[in-house]
Amino acid sequence: MVAGAAAVYALRLADDCLVLSHRLAQWSSRAPTLEDDVALTNIALDLLGQARGLYARTAELDGTGRSEDDYAFMRGEREFINCLLVEQENGDFAATIVRQLLCSTFQLAQWQALTTSTDGPVSAVAAKAAKETSYHRDHATDWTLRLGDGTDESHRRMESALAAMWPFTAELFESDAVAREAGALGVGPDPATLRPEWEGYIRRVLGDATLVMPESTWTPSGGREGLHTECFGYMLAEMQHLHRSFPGVTW
Amino acid sequence: MSEETPAPLWEVFIRSKRGLSHNHVGSLHAPDAEMALRNARDVYTRRMEGVSIWVVPSAVITASSPDEKDSFFDPAADKPYRHPTFYSIPKEVQQL
Repeated sequence: MVAGAAAVYALRLADDCLVLSHRLAQWSSRAPTLEDDVALTNIALDLLGQARGLYARTAELDGTGRSEDDYAFMRGEREFINCLLVEQENGDFAATIVRQLLCSTFQLAQWQALTTSTDGPVSAVAAKAAKETSYHRDHATDWTLRLGDGTDESHRRMESALAAMWPFTAELFESDAVAREAGALGVGPDPATLRPEWEGYIRRVLGDATLVMPESTWTPSGGREGLHTECFGYMLAEMQHLHRSFPGVTW
Repeated sequence: MSEETPAPLWEVFIRSKRGLSHNHVGSLHAPDAEMALRNARDVYTRRMEGVSIWVVPSAVITASSPDEKDSFFDPAADKPYRHPTFYSIPKEVQQL
């Protein structure tokens, strides 16, 4: 029995959504075309909505009654427990697409399992999120096929993006006391159980895109304990500075 | 972003609800039809504008030319008998 496992579990889900949302929002006005700009920021907004629902539920579960803004803007780097993959820098368009493919495939499997969560509010968020994330995965899949099986240059960029992002995927499926407890309580799946489905889909898409599924022996981890990669601090500073400079600011 | 030629142009038609016809809403760039459909979903249906989308390559649309306005459209101007306005409508008909 882990005290507050459900709250920690929900916060992990929420932080994954918020951080990935902010990374995608950074593409705003910078994407290759207007159409991609709108697509990426639409996805960012979906993720932000998912994060909000989960922060609201976390505040009830951990008993602090914090607001969504408190979670997003008033916690330090060490207090965020998102996985390392979502915080990785956007890089070029290929890197963002690879990160999206790896993340959204994981999140879709997770949301689908969460629709039967014993926690009512979490399963409600999951029901809506599963539809949204299904589109996110389609979007990433389409681009992966086109860029992987595209020109020499696009193929090369996808290969190097895969090599850069792949090591961070191991952490997605790590199990620990919190994850096992959540699984036992029926709050949500132990991430370790999602691996076969994730791997099957990724393998198929990469194969169709003429890309090779990388193998990595370096498997960085620590996000769930608040130990992040260097780039995360900079992202957080950018995301939080306005709210911290002018607490409670609205416009 | 690059000096490459932009992706082909597509015209987007959206049906706002069942029973209505598709209306032209705008255009966008996409490398192929499938992506055009996805882009149309992202660009033109963000505010629940539709239940169905068509995309058509702009290149396959044959359009009338503004130069042909006189020969195309003016001749219809003085032919009021083509409008069904010379019938008296029975009172019993509510909807027409």
